[in-house]
Amino acid sequence: MTEARDFCVRQFKAGMPVLCLVVPLALAALVADQYGSIGVVRSVTEALIKIVIVVGLYIFIGNSGVISLGSTAFMAIAAYATTWQTCCSMMKPMVMSGLPEFLKQTTVPFAPAAGIAIGLAGLAAFLSGFVLMRLSGLAASIGTLALLFIVNVAYSNWDSVTMGASSVVGIPTYVTVWLALAAAVLSIVVAYAFQTSRAGLALRATREDEVAAQAIGVSIYRMRLLAFTISGAVLGLAGVLHAHFLGVLSIDMFFMQLTFLSISMLVVGGMGSLAGAVVGVVFLSIVIEVFRTLERGILIGDTKASLPAGTQELVLAAIMLCVLIWKRDGIMSWKEITWPLMRRAPASDAGRGAEAPSR
Amino acid sequence: MAHILQVLVDAVSLGSLFALVSLSIGLVFGIMRLINFAQGDFVTIGAYSLLAPAAGATPVLFLGALPWPLMLVLVLTVVVVLALLTERIAFRPLRNAEPATLLVSSFAVSYFLQNLVIVLYTSRPKALSLGAEISNVVNVFGLRVAGIQLLTIGVTAVLLVGISAFLRFTSLGLQMRASAENFRMARLLGVRANRVIAGAFAIAGFLGGVVALLLTVQTGVVDVRAGATLVVFGFFATVIGGMGSLVGAALGGFLVGTVSAVLQTILPADVRPFRDAFVFAAVILILLVRPRGIIASKSKERV
Repeated sequence: MTEARDFCVRQFKAGMPVLCLVVPLALAALVADQYGSIGVVRSVTEALIKIVIVVGLYIFIGNSGVISLGSTAFMAIAAYATTWQTCCSMMKPMVMSGLPEFLKQTTVPFAPAAGIAIGLAGLAAFLSGFVLMRLSGLAASIGTLALLFIVNVAYSNWDSVTMGASSVVGIPTYVTVWLALAAAVLSIVVAYAFQTSRAGLALRATREDEVAAQAIGVSIYRMRLLAFTISGAVLGLAGVLHAHFLGVLSIDMFFMQLTFLSISMLVVGGMGSLAGAVVGVVFLSIVIEVFRTLERGILIGDTKASLPAGTQELVLAAIMLCVLIWKRDGIMSWKEITWPLMRRAPASDAGRGAEAPSR
Repeated sequence: MAHILQVLVDAVSLGSLFALVSLSIGLVFGIMRLINFAQGDFVTIGAYSLLAPAAGATPVLFLGALPWPLMLVLVLTVVVVLALLTERIAFRPLRNAEPATLLVSSFAVSYFLQNLVIVLYTSRPKALSLGAEISNVVNVFGLRVAGIQLLTIGVTAVLLVGISAFLRFTSLGLQMRASAENFRMARLLGVRANRVIAGAFAIAGFLGGVVALLLTVQTGVVDVRAGATLVVFGFFATVIGGMGSLVGAALGGFLVGTVSAVLQTILPADVRPFRDAFVFAAVILILLVRPRGIIASKSKERV
């Protein structure tokens, strides 16, 4: 009996950091769905999709410590892939004349289309990672940035299949707040399973000290490649959601603006922990929502006061700089959320909080 | 033959612009290990300082209305002051941070400055003809060369010579070279960190101002995004040339310019829009073969 109970308790404890993130998100979705206006539901759905994006980024950046500036490229790849399969069967042969015959003729059901798109994003991440992960540190960041620019230039000029720089419209919008919640939960579970797996721990070891990790037999290249691939697939999921949430698609949605926004969410929350990634999204989403409202203008007495367009971005950049200067480890300081009564922190976080950074 | 020379002139004039940008990124990087994304916004703001803040489509001249010597001095001053301010406010508190943190912070500064311009001027590009007489095409030995191309090449040559003389023969220049070699050692030997870094930012700002003016004359448009595009090329040029090596940075700029100009001629017309993708792919390739750039600096990445 006690053994079985111990087992259950251990499992429960191990899953705690995930539960502590998932339960509040589910409650938020429930409250929005039951009591919120359409606008609120949309905002919550948007934030949940952002969580998928940032958790996807976190799987690579957080665990490896290498900043990838190009990961939104995989979102673009998946978003276009799912669009080619599901969008506008009437218009497709005309506006995307360059598509292969079978894609022009058939419309794939949503689920397999999403699966294929995610697979394609993962494959693209694997193939580009195959090359890029050989680079170290800053060179890797720059390599990924080059990747983002390559994908952007390619897709915005490949008129016959992407409609160039103009938007694709009429993509079926099937993403509800519940589907977005499911995707966010899935990405959180994947990220947590990865970071507590053998490979994830090895990668985190390379983040702390490359030389020492190599000395105990960890291949930095392989671990980074694995994380980059998983991260690419999760970003692919985000790309699919993004396309089927907005119903509109253009390549410039997945460029510097989104890259900056998602990286700042990760940095503000604290890029060393999964909780940091999620908390960063929630915090900045709220800030952005507040300033969007202020930019639209509010009534004070009889006069309508509004902030000039662009204020929201200025505030975002200022918050990010302040966090970098005064609280470099972000809101969560590289810690997961654990039950306050449990004394032992998960093994993966030991070390970071205790010792001062060696640099 | 004439055709090859024509491409060469295009390559060198484009490369000059990239070289000025990559040199300013390289100068700062050598000392601080900071990849300064905001360099592009120094250029953008330099260009916008010619105009007065206004939302309308018709540009209202500000510094651009002044007689040119005064305009030159004021634009350069604006950008230098801006560069020094960003260093003081944003980068100085982060001086001992890891390169990844610095990269993210410069990203944030760049985003801030870009949106500041949008708040003040809106994101609509504005036409601004400046120095139309320089843009005229002249015939040099049978080649058709825009005056601005010659001016760009000339100005770059003068600046490159001037900066190398500064680095070689002045005390501050010597200190900057020492800091690029080994910052901690230089500080131990009495080099003042604040002075050296401020010096690097001042030069970067100065170069940014020059690029802003050259670019505005060349394109006749002031655009929020112009600086960012330029800085990405300059930034890749710095990396290819060898992070921390100034000669490498300038060389990388010319190399990227040459590759772009050559690709522009040799690529078939239907592939030509993808030119930049090839340039960026070449960046990744060069990084793979020589991860530390063509001219690798002697000092190792600091552990």
